[in-house]
Amino acid sequence: MNTDQPLHWLLGRLDISALPILPAIRNPTPSEFVAAGAALAVIVGAFAALAFLTWFRLWTPLWRDWLTSTDHKRIGIMYVVLAIVMMARGVIEAGVMRTQQAFGLGGGFLTPEHFSELFTTHGTIMIFFVAMPLIAGIVNYIMPLQIGARDMSFPVMNQISLGLTATGAALVMISLVLAQFSNGTWAAYPPYTGLDFNPGTGPDYWIWTIVFSGIGSTLSGINFAVTIYKERAPGMTLFRMPVFCWTVLCTAIIMIFALPPLTVAALMLGADRYLDFHFFTNDLGGNMMNFVNLFWLFGHPEVYLLVIPAYGVLSETVATFSGKRIYGYTSMVYATMAIAVLSFCVWLHHFFTMGQSANVNIVFGVASMMIAVPTGVKVYNWMATMFRGRIRMTVPMIYAIGFFYLFVIGGLTGVILANPTITYQVHNTLFLVAHFHNVIIPGVVFGLLSGYHYWFPKAFGFRLHEGWGRLIALCWIFGFSLAFLPLYALGFMGMPRRTANFTDPAYLPLLYVALFGAAILLVAVVSILIQLWVSVRRREELAVPLGDPWNGRTLEWATPSPPPPYNFAILPQVRCIDDFADAKATGRAYAEPGADAYEDIEMPDNTPIGVFLCIGTTVLGLALVFYIWWLAIASFVAMTLVFIVRSFRVSSSHVIPAAEIAAAHRHWLDQVRAAAPVTRLEETHSANRGLAVLERPEMTGAAQ
Amino acid sequence: MKNRQGPGRFLFGLAATLFIALAGCSDNRSSFLDPAGPIAAAQKAHLLEVIGWTMIAIVPVFVLVPLMLWRYRYRNAKARYAPDWAFSGLLDTVMWGVPFLIVAVLATLLWYSTHALDPYKPIASDEPPLEVRVVGLDWKWLFIYPDLGIATVNELAIPENTSVALDLTSDTVMQSFLIPALAGQIYTMPGMRTRLHLLADEPGRFEGMNAQFTGTGFTKQKFATLAMSRGDFDAWVARVRAEGTPLDAATYARLAAASTGAEAKAALKAGAGPQDVIYFSSVTPDLFAEIMHRYMQGTPVPPKLQPGAVGYESDAEETR
Repeated sequence: MNTDQPLHWLLGRLDISALPILPAIRNPTPSEFVAAGAALAVIVGAFAALAFLTWFRLWTPLWRDWLTSTDHKRIGIMYVVLAIVMMARGVIEAGVMRTQQAFGLGGGFLTPEHFSELFTTHGTIMIFFVAMPLIAGIVNYIMPLQIGARDMSFPVMNQISLGLTATGAALVMISLVLAQFSNGTWAAYPPYTGLDFNPGTGPDYWIWTIVFSGIGSTLSGINFAVTIYKERAPGMTLFRMPVFCWTVLCTAIIMIFALPPLTVAALMLGADRYLDFHFFTNDLGGNMMNFVNLFWLFGHPEVYLLVIPAYGVLSETVATFSGKRIYGYTSMVYATMAIAVLSFCVWLHHFFTMGQSANVNIVFGVASMMIAVPTGVKVYNWMATMFRGRIRMTVPMIYAIGFFYLFVIGGLTGVILANPTITYQVHNTLFLVAHFHNVIIPGVVFGLLSGYHYWFPKAFGFRLHEGWGRLIALCWIFGFSLAFLPLYALGFMGMPRRTANFTDPAYLPLLYVALFGAAILLVAVVSILIQLWVSVRRREELAVPLGDPWNGRTLEWATPSPPPPYNFAILPQVRCIDDFADAKATGRAYAEPGADAYEDIEMPDNTPIGVFLCIGTTVLGLALVFYIWWLAIASFVAMTLVFIVRSFRVSSSHVIPAAEIAAAHRHWLDQVRAAAPVTRLEETHSANRGLAVLERPEMTGAAQ
Repeated sequence: MKNRQGPGRFLFGLAATLFIALAGCSDNRSSFLDPAGPIAAAQKAHLLEVIGWTMIAIVPVFVLVPLMLWRYRYRNAKARYAPDWAFSGLLDTVMWGVPFLIVAVLATLLWYSTHALDPYKPIASDEPPLEVRVVGLDWKWLFIYPDLGIATVNELAIPENTSVALDLTSDTVMQSFLIPALAGQIYTMPGMRTRLHLLADEPGRFEGMNAQFTGTGFTKQKFATLAMSRGDFDAWVARVRAEGTPLDAATYARLAAASTGAEAKAALKAGAGPQDVIYFSSVTPDLFAEIMHRYMQGTPVPPKLQPGAVGYESDAEETR
């Protein structure tokens, strides 16, 4: 990697030494084999995917129906697929790290350098390429359906957001094969990640990963917010929206305001590294704490960005599976907004130990504690929703129960950490690691996985296998408890986070328990894939084409499963909260519209611009990481040309004729009328085709 | 745990005892649940108080969720079903009010404890305070005793029942200084000084560490805090003076290069003390200030002059 080599103008600092296979041959240690194995897995996985697509002749459908699609539903599904692929890597990394720590007394099998890369990529992947795409995916799919919209406000920008997120994920994956990703933790504090201390490719990979996916997420936030403000169906006032949509709005606002500080901080670090600036260097007036401030100005709202939509999902599932309206709707909305606003006022609690005055710490400590109030209100609201309901213990409810128990423990430790004096002790220890996994796994992951189970039949027309779903949920609950609750104790025992090896044998028993828990979590993740396989195989018996498998309450259940590209044949007229539940109770649901009710629908055309931008930014990122300046300029110019060429397009939409819509809609209504509705006792049986028996207190005798 | 108040203290005392039992397996005490000084003891007490108060909001969830699931299970036809019931003013007042009151109580506790345990606040003690300057290096700690004219690496000896005033900085990337059994952590940052006060009220050996990840040697950056009687302390000082070597600018430049305590000890050919500990019989005056001002000259500090940076040369200072 020096500038004297002959091909430097062409390849920058990319040379043969960037391949991780070579060190494994030269220096065959377990650590190098793990790295080489990971690189091989990426290469083999990529080739397997290409071979699969070629063998089954899927390139054309992939391009036509998916990659170039501007349909919010397809974009949502692609986000979720991306998240599941990245989750596989993140979980495997977690398993490797847990194993290393369990054998870390005095050494272990990984080098400290390798361990540091693992926790850096694990953190980066799990936050930016698992949690964020899962949220973006579920929001993309569900939110427009819930507010009665035909698509997002900016369908092309939606595709570009996905493309930029995929760029970030691609850069992280490529870093397994070419050179190394950062070893500077997911928070990338300088000066450790500065050029003086870390001249390699790692921090540069981190910077461009964060910058591109950060821009993508900001655009997503704008898209979500504008869609909610502008695209609601007639009668869908803000205070008639499902709680999930309120949580999306809060998350969108956080995305718009919290992602830019991160993008800017990463770019400033880039300016330090590429252009000899001194924002965060030790010398010439640089101050690393400015980075830390900017990072957590993003980082704290980020965790609420993640968990608020999960609250939204739980609000939907708890109400649906209790057969009741959500308790305290208005209270719920205010609580969510309060959390979103407060989330911007607490970032300093990530560095109470900086040496600032007691009064500064008090302000941020009290603000952090305040968040416990609206969060507590939400938990009580869900409990009150179950009160006097008729509760079915389906998979989403199992997740919800796991959430109630475990998230509350996370809330308790959050309140503990809000106290500067206690944080002085447990900061940077495994207590902290336990805490944020405790809010992110039982909070975000449980919420999103229950949403995945709940809305899967809407997206694909068949339910997921219930038995496997229960197993997965229980594995998550018990696996999490064993893997992370012991870390609280280890933190109290003074074990710092990011410890590759240690000398105190007292840590070992709890680390073994945590390793066992991690193994259960691995089973959970593998079972997700098995469940998918089993469900696809049995899709005929699990089919729910009529669209309402759970006796749903909100508008998305008033459409066939999967919904047509335009979502609603006729835009719904919303009268109240939980409009579909009301429609079923009052007989408005499934009404045959008059012949003149159907209209032509204008839908956006497919476009390849998101794919082009994804490729362009990936190449740009790699060129910048490896100092290949000509390629950086070329890719930037090419992307600019793509935009200019696109601007010459005259028409970017097509019209679906009313007759076609009417035919499809009437066909579905005929099916509904011909079908036998099922009671909730048959909810998870093959009799459930997606049409529900009305259940009211005055009719409970009939339901028995 | 005799003088602590708050609900649930028994349960959490039990849990805390379990942690202490686990932590107490080694003679190197490394947990604030096994405190050896007033600061760590107060932090532990505060922790238990916070847990106790928070239980008021948490226990109802733990108790009511299973009751609710059982009572309102789908097949229980006897339970009342009220699908449209969605609000109660009284319930909402309790839901918002109780957590708010708990947070108000906790915020008050937070206010007092944060002021009382401010790391910058000197601790009152009968003996005159001991001043120590701490420099975080890659991957070891340098302790300078300005009033005694000695310094050590990775061994902080302090007399018991004496307030210790630490001034801290870093001569590499940011680090975090922590002695769990005595006091909380504080960042050390290049070009900046932070402060920490602590006091050991019993003799003992307490583990200290850098808690902020700083690279490959990070896990080796531990040190022993030895609290001892005044007489033992004086003997320790005499031993350091007798067995140590001088810490001059050239020695410091070599010490500051990225290495663990044991590696630095080998590089400096220092003999006395445990394997990762180095004793210095004398210290260049103002070394701490020089380290802090290294980055504050308004001129670039190239990597070869920055300890910890890739390309740092320990003899570059002399040839400059």
